[in-house]
Amino acid sequence: MTANGLLQICGYLGVLLALAKPLGRYMAAVYEGRSATVRVLASVERFIYRITGIDPEAEMRWTGYASAFLVFNLLGVLAVYALQRCQGFLPLNPQGLPAVAPDSAFNTAISFATNTNWQGYGGETTLSHLTQMLGLTVQNFVSAASGMAVLVALIRGFVRRNADTLGNFWVDLTRSILHILLPLSFLLALLLIGQGVVQTFEPYRNVTLVEATGYDRPKQDDGGHPLVDADGNPVTGHVTVSEQTLALGPAASQVAIKQLGTNGGGFFSVNSAHPFENPTPFSNFLEMLAILVISGALCHTFGVMVGDTRQGWVILAAMTLIFVPLLFVTVLCEQGGNPAFAALGVDPAGGNMEGKETRFGIVNSALWATATTAASNGSVNAMHDSFTPLGGLVPMWLMQLGEVVFGGVGSGLYGMLVFAIVAVFVAGLMIGRTPEYLGKKIEAYEMKMAAIVILVPPLMVLGGTAVAVMLDAGKSSVFNPGAHGFSEILYAFSSAGNNNGSAFAGLAANTPFYNLMLGLAMWFSRYWLAVPVLAIAGALAAKNYVPPGAGTLPTHTPMFVGLLVGVVIIVGALTFIPALALGPIVEHLMMIGAR
Amino acid sequence: MIHHFKPALLMLLVWTLITGVFYPVLVTQLGQLLFPRQANGSLIEKDGKVLGSELIGQPFGDPRYFWGRPSATAPHAYNAGASSGSNQGPTNPALLAAIKSRVQALRNADPGNTAPVPVDLVTASGSGLDPHISPAAAAYQAARVARLRNLSLPVVEDLVKRYTEGRQFGFLGEPRVNVLKLNLALDALR
Repeated sequence: MTANGLLQICGYLGVLLALAKPLGRYMAAVYEGRSATVRVLASVERFIYRITGIDPEAEMRWTGYASAFLVFNLLGVLAVYALQRCQGFLPLNPQGLPAVAPDSAFNTAISFATNTNWQGYGGETTLSHLTQMLGLTVQNFVSAASGMAVLVALIRGFVRRNADTLGNFWVDLTRSILHILLPLSFLLALLLIGQGVVQTFEPYRNVTLVEATGYDRPKQDDGGHPLVDADGNPVTGHVTVSEQTLALGPAASQVAIKQLGTNGGGFFSVNSAHPFENPTPFSNFLEMLAILVISGALCHTFGVMVGDTRQGWVILAAMTLIFVPLLFVTVLCEQGGNPAFAALGVDPAGGNMEGKETRFGIVNSALWATATTAASNGSVNAMHDSFTPLGGLVPMWLMQLGEVVFGGVGSGLYGMLVFAIVAVFVAGLMIGRTPEYLGKKIEAYEMKMAAIVILVPPLMVLGGTAVAVMLDAGKSSVFNPGAHGFSEILYAFSSAGNNNGSAFAGLAANTPFYNLMLGLAMWFSRYWLAVPVLAIAGALAAKNYVPPGAGTLPTHTPMFVGLLVGVVIIVGALTFIPALALGPIVEHLMMIGAR
Repeated sequence: MIHHFKPALLMLLVWTLITGVFYPVLVTQLGQLLFPRQANGSLIEKDGKVLGSELIGQPFGDPRYFWGRPSATAPHAYNAGASSGSNQGPTNPALLAAIKSRVQALRNADPGNTAPVPVDLVTASGSGLDPHISPAAAAYQAARVARLRNLSLPVVEDLVKRYTEGRQFGFLGEPRVNVLKLNLALDALR
């Protein structure tokens, strides 16, 4: 790696970690209702509660909190589905795009409501501006805010004593959007426009090419069947192309929240590889920062709210310790490149540039791939399908770890706190004492719920992959031959089963089979995790505080960081290494053997 | 659960209005006011005619022009209405065949040049619309373009240098050459 590459990585991590404290402290103040913005915008909040008929003082039990969360998300799914199905009759559709097919609309609706933002469709060729705005942009905000609300409820579970309520879902949702996501998105969107991200409601623009190009198109007879010559080869006609259609739209506003809310659903098909979505190295830096900044800062929010900031730093340290080594693996693999290229007369110094953009190069493409899969973001600035085998293994495994290394906004930290509960339980078993975490006894009920949270995603990933490789409907979508084809399927279910949303995009996933299977995987992995987490929160809130005794494992020490990292890695490795061996690891051996 | 239905519906409507209408409209208006050129696609205009966008590459196959990154968009290269990468995996025979034929095409266009080919000239970009090539890829082609245009090599190299962008703020991203701008400048020499 070059010195400049190292500088870019250190600069990125430095800014990310430096922002954790101020942003984390601010978010804690927002959720505790004592930030300056909460006071200034109090009338706006009151207005929202009044017209929606919500009593902000009303406290909810964990069941009420969970059902408000579920009903709200279900309505979001229905709204996005309806918008896609009706977009042909609705305004702000300058390209006259027709209704989206039912299976694709089902998949996309679940995808955006669950904060996954898997995209089976092509952005600029499928969705009208109206669908993008009222459907996708709105879900980008509310699904992210829903995750943050669940996290805040879990934190209150640790903080409250002998309590039967966890707060008010509507208030936590409103504050997440109004005081955190909306102002940050607004600022980021303007900065991105300054760099060249498009933001307009005008239709696409045609420009004349400097040099005309062309392609061969298969000819069809009057009945629409392809014509073949006497030898059975298709008859083609040459089509000259002298114009380029520039796809435009209100992209910056959506890009800002898709990054900050760890959503990841792009405005254009190729997401943040598209020059109108991510035009410069600085826009790339801002977008990468936005992927992890809230999830990282929420660790400090947690520390502030539980009254011991060391507890937050420990979690952030564990996340960073998993993130950094995996980042270097990706960078080095992509920089190392593909040995087969050199044999064809290509200069090996450039690394593996297939699927990568020149302005980002190796380092920023690898850094983005690691960040977007550490967080459950899923936006891409390079095509993960074309990464080297081990360079592509890292993003896949980061998702399979359960999206707890930074993870989604809210969902990443609540997932990591579940791992922390498991870590103290494991430690408790070793010393033969009842485990405690933050002064709360961890008992059988919490452990059962934690087990569900940890086991559902692997079930979706491995179960879904197994079904897909057994059925023709699953195998026929594969694009790349050999072991890489298996990796494509495994990646798709790892992504959907952990609410990430990135893809090995060669897989033709816009089929009824994948739209259904991946839609279900996204659904279960979101709600079968969030609801048990709220159940844990409810159970913890009801308990009394246990003062630390001689047998209590301190959870603010480097040793606990090691224990937590160990639990995450061991669970992730034991579950997924057999499957990874069949895909990227085999392919890696084939690639270096081919030298 | 039922009693949550009404607040959920109203909440969804409120946030649809705020984040789905007010937010993008306000961003659009401010963006158009502060950065009108960027917000509308950073178009290159000359004499009232739009020649392209400086952010979106165009296909070049004539050896008298600098060639850009290979593009995997369908049905033709650099289709800015349907961005796409090749998605070919590292051991896919089709990828290796494509690279082989791209290397051959470059060698055919410039028979004397036996230097190793810069990797970005023979690998498809992520978007299929990459407007840039690396300085190495421009240097590789400079002699060919100079010869076919009857220009001296230093003239072409100077032009390449002028359209080379360094790392942003001195350290972000990679140095790169804007192919469309460079080719437009070449045409303007005549």
